[in-house]
Amino acid sequence: MDIESLERVSKIIRTDIVKSLAKAGSGHLGGSLGMADIFTVLYFHALQHHPEDPEWEDRDRLILSIGHISPVLYATLAHAGYFPVEELLTLRKLGSRLQGHPGREHGLPGIELSAGSLGQGLSVAVGMALAGKMDEKKWNVFCINGDGELQEGSIWEAAMSASHHKLDNLISIVDRNGVQIDGKTEDVMGLEPLIEKWRSFGWHAISCDGHNMEDLIYAIEEARYVEGKPIVILATTKMGKGVSSIEDDHHWHGKAPTESEAIKFIKEIEEYYQD
Amino acid sequence: MAQYVTKGFVATRQGFGEGVLEAARRNKRILGIGADITGSVGMDLFAAEYPERFISLGIAEQNCVGAVAGLALSGKIPVFATYGVFSALRTTDFIRISICYNNLHALIGGAHAGISVGPDGATHQALEDIAVMRALPNMTVVSPCDATQTRIATIACLNRFSGPVYLRFGRAPVPDFTSENQHFEIGKAQILSRGSDATIIATGHMVWEALEAANTLNQDGLKIRVINMHTIKPLDHDAVLKAAMETGAIVTAEEHQVTGGLGSAVAEFITQNHPVPMEFVGMKDRFGESGEPEKLMEKYGLSASNIAMHVKKVLKRKY
Repeated sequence: MDIESLERVSKIIRTDIVKSLAKAGSGHLGGSLGMADIFTVLYFHALQHHPEDPEWEDRDRLILSIGHISPVLYATLAHAGYFPVEELLTLRKLGSRLQGHPGREHGLPGIELSAGSLGQGLSVAVGMALAGKMDEKKWNVFCINGDGELQEGSIWEAAMSASHHKLDNLISIVDRNGVQIDGKTEDVMGLEPLIEKWRSFGWHAISCDGHNMEDLIYAIEEARYVEGKPIVILATTKMGKGVSSIEDDHHWHGKAPTESEAIKFIKEIEEYYQD
Repeated sequence: MAQYVTKGFVATRQGFGEGVLEAARRNKRILGIGADITGSVGMDLFAAEYPERFISLGIAEQNCVGAVAGLALSGKIPVFATYGVFSALRTTDFIRISICYNNLHALIGGAHAGISVGPDGATHQALEDIAVMRALPNMTVVSPCDATQTRIATIACLNRFSGPVYLRFGRAPVPDFTSENQHFEIGKAQILSRGSDATIIATGHMVWEALEAANTLNQDGLKIRVINMHTIKPLDHDAVLKAAMETGAIVTAEEHQVTGGLGSAVAEFITQNHPVPMEFVGMKDRFGESGEPEKLMEKYGLSASNIAMHVKKVLKRKY
């Protein structure tokens, strides 16, 4: 898919994130909007997958370790064809397949892991990558991690084990938006120098602009060619990207818009894509 | 009164190691995860025969459990064992979400369970693992009574079962008395001794102590039923209900805190179905300490004589 088409998809995804959260009345808007470009590139360009056959054995696996940004995953999966788009409006409702944090037992196609307790997904991805290596499979495991999540010690246990076992079929994409619930990551618990941390743990680390489709495509291409090391893509993003009035505002980490705010935010998304 | 004879003293961890190896020979999807103490938990047998199926992940138990989930999601049957204090308690949230919420077939081994770990002391004595593991939805909790049964239970958990399972076993050599040809079914208790005056429901190594207590009481003319509750979850409701109805008094015995363990599981069931007087033998809301296993068991009341005393006590309340 060309860049222009990817942009069009990401606009629809952003719009549906706002709509589904407004309808749900709770949920995490900021992080979901910030990851819309990355999810678009993954599901509409980079991943080997068949939405009509979600369990296809040779698919790339995508683990969403930060389950709280499920709205972006759901909106992307729906538009990729995993389930009807209308179902996005059931988010967080009783009986919905779209749980607040992804839950496989609710049967939504395309969900690889029930997750949401931070710091677990990378370990699960390590296990999958180990199995892939053992069975000489070609598929890769993509793990979406948050930057605040990197404060969990278990992430670094997983990081150590991935390089020890030379898991070059494991690609972590870190949402480096620099904010978490209490404020800036560097004020809450500093992560920098972050790229050096990953490199010292034996990872091939790439920085990129998480809102630049081309940049993201190149970063993922590079990641696929790395041999003998796991790969981390530190993607710089802005929480709330696309809705100018809430960009970078940590108050929108865990909040949903009201109906009237949603109308305003969707208008801002329109403007963002006109520029 | 059934008589049981020991074939000798064998640590249940040895049964676990043999069981993993035997199961792995029959199913190549079975993998072992190492967290540095491979020999101590008996997994060295497997690692030596199948080095390509043994994955060392170091002293990082949370990551081990997460990786177990990833392997299970990729068609493997992973076995992860370390001291119960680490495998079950340090990692609880990982087991809760990555294993249980995803409902994956994986075997978590809780080694060195109970106070009989001995000289290592309180830090390494798992006494709360049953309570925590049995509270998790989808989790099965198995606690076999001797080395032979641990071997058979391990094979059952891996080759005749599907789902998250916590298997608890110990470090110290204990009487090995069950038959090689025993009928073992997860969730189905074994009645080791028939009787109608009272029932002792025990798990793990305490089953042997329960049999000894029943023998002693038999000399006083009391016919005591002894149940080996090798599966704590799902609890064999049928066996417990019959014990309550037919013997009218129950004593539970476990090498675990009385809070939340086997005794609690039995009490939760009978209070709703057929209440009878109960007594609980186990750790009474305290930490253990260093010492030789037998001495510790004696000091903390995890002995045949203390079980017998509790039977007499419960009989006074039987009406």
